[in-house]
Amino acid sequence: METRFNMGWTLIRGWAVLVYIFMFLPVAVVVLLSFNASQFGNFPMTGFSFRWFVELAGNEAILRAFRTSIILGLLTALISTTLGVLASLALVRYRVPGANAISTLLIAPILVPEVVLAVALLLFLNFLGVNKSFGLLLAGHVIFTLPFVILVVQARLVSIKRDVEEAAMSLGASPVQTFFQITLPLMMPAVLAGALFAFTISFDDITGTLFWKPGGVETVPTQIFAMLRNSISPEINALGTVMIVMTVGLPLLGLAIARAMARKSGT
Amino acid sequence: MSVEKREARQPWILLSPALTAVTLLLFVPLLFILVYSFWLRTATGADVAGFHLDNWEEALTDPFYRDILISTLRIAAITTVACALMGYPSAYFIARSQGNKAVLLLLLMLPFWISYIIRTMSWINILGVSGALNSALMALGIISEPIQMLYNEVTVILGLVHFLLPFMILNIFVSLDGIDTNLENAANSLGATKWQAFLQVTLPLSLPGLAAGGLLCFVLGAGTYITPLVLGGPRDAMFANLVFEAIITQLNWPLGSALSLMLLAVLGALVMIYNRYLGMAQLMKGLG
Repeated sequence: METRFNMGWTLIRGWAVLVYIFMFLPVAVVVLLSFNASQFGNFPMTGFSFRWFVELAGNEAILRAFRTSIILGLLTALISTTLGVLASLALVRYRVPGANAISTLLIAPILVPEVVLAVALLLFLNFLGVNKSFGLLLAGHVIFTLPFVILVVQARLVSIKRDVEEAAMSLGASPVQTFFQITLPLMMPAVLAGALFAFTISFDDITGTLFWKPGGVETVPTQIFAMLRNSISPEINALGTVMIVMTVGLPLLGLAIARAMARKSGT
Repeated sequence: MSVEKREARQPWILLSPALTAVTLLLFVPLLFILVYSFWLRTATGADVAGFHLDNWEEALTDPFYRDILISTLRIAAITTVACALMGYPSAYFIARSQGNKAVLLLLLMLPFWISYIIRTMSWINILGVSGALNSALMALGIISEPIQMLYNEVTVILGLVHFLLPFMILNIFVSLDGIDTNLENAANSLGATKWQAFLQVTLPLSLPGLAAGGLLCFVLGAGTYITPLVLGGPRDAMFANLVFEAIITQLNWPLGSALSLMLLAVLGALVMIYNRYLGMAQLMKGLG
């Protein structure tokens, strides 16, 4: 029986390894091909080269898309995190009547298919006289990143004990002082995690963005999408590699910072 | 104002910006497109306000829309089943492996952060005419001419599975990780084989996670229009592609509203059924 179990476990492990390969192989090929020297950028590879990255750095449209995506992501993260942290504080720190219903309402933007959200927002704001614009894009990104921020921040907020705050107040700190000197520093990892999450989701979005963006404005994903319509060029693979480094590297960096901060504050 | 009254008002002050945003940017717009779906589009000029059933009649009776709705649900169902079959053993492996669980889980979370459009288009590098697979087959002498493997329903499903699998694995992992392994040991010591113990103890206890993952895969899969545009052929449009066509290409906003609400009704019904039997808490555990 022991051997049969081991065989079962071997099968499961083998299966899991195959699934990991399935997940990572296509991505690895993108990175591999972005260093390809061959002119058409596909197989067979002819050598190692940075030429596609150099071309990328000189491509005005792509640089513009990067600027748009980064500004949009930062603003989205700022607004979404502010709204999300305030709401999470209310839900975790106070006994609010109907808290469950309120939570569901705030999570609603991810329960509605994004296409439907995109159409509804586009048509309604257009009716109010707001055309496709950066403002519409920002409103859209805020509303569908908000639930993620709330979920992440709430999960971490629960673990912060009220005792420390009560101690500060009993030593004579005002509620405002307590918030800025005790609560906020303790919350910082949660706030950063929420902001990072909002930024990454906004940076990656294409489904809503294609509905909301004004003509001529591209974010990095819509730029890639537009380039794909012609054919897959090695430049896209290079751009993909840059995106992978950014979107994987940033959260890992964030995680490391959050850990370091948590260790320093001893929580 | 008394202290208690101020205390009672504070959470509402904190909640109001978020609640206002969700109301003005989601709920009111949804009500608005419900009204808009009864308006009429005119060939020239503005849409006519009123109460006309034309769009709904077209959306609900035209066999073109019905067929695409059915094939969308079929694609989403196949994707979900494939994710479950691929994801369950993987989640089990992570949950029950000794030691480096965190690293295995982190590896699994990485694809979440890799751009959706990059992951989708990466399959062109693998399956395209000059992609890895064709090159390998030709180098091995198995084929002499490259085969077009892309741009069909199978590649759409492949792309969707690749996109959605992490959601499934994460949800199953969360519920498997919460099961006390002593339960399986107890079943074994009472004479059950490993397989029996799994089928009668572990599997039933992990069903909520499987259901949460399944719901996410199905709803996200059925609502996509990017994957069919990148990896599908001209005949592989899904329902969300129809919405995109109506709103962006044809500028027929009343019809687009009706089609959006149809999609919302179908997928919303699933979420409701899920909520009725399992509750939202499980879903949030997996997302948070």
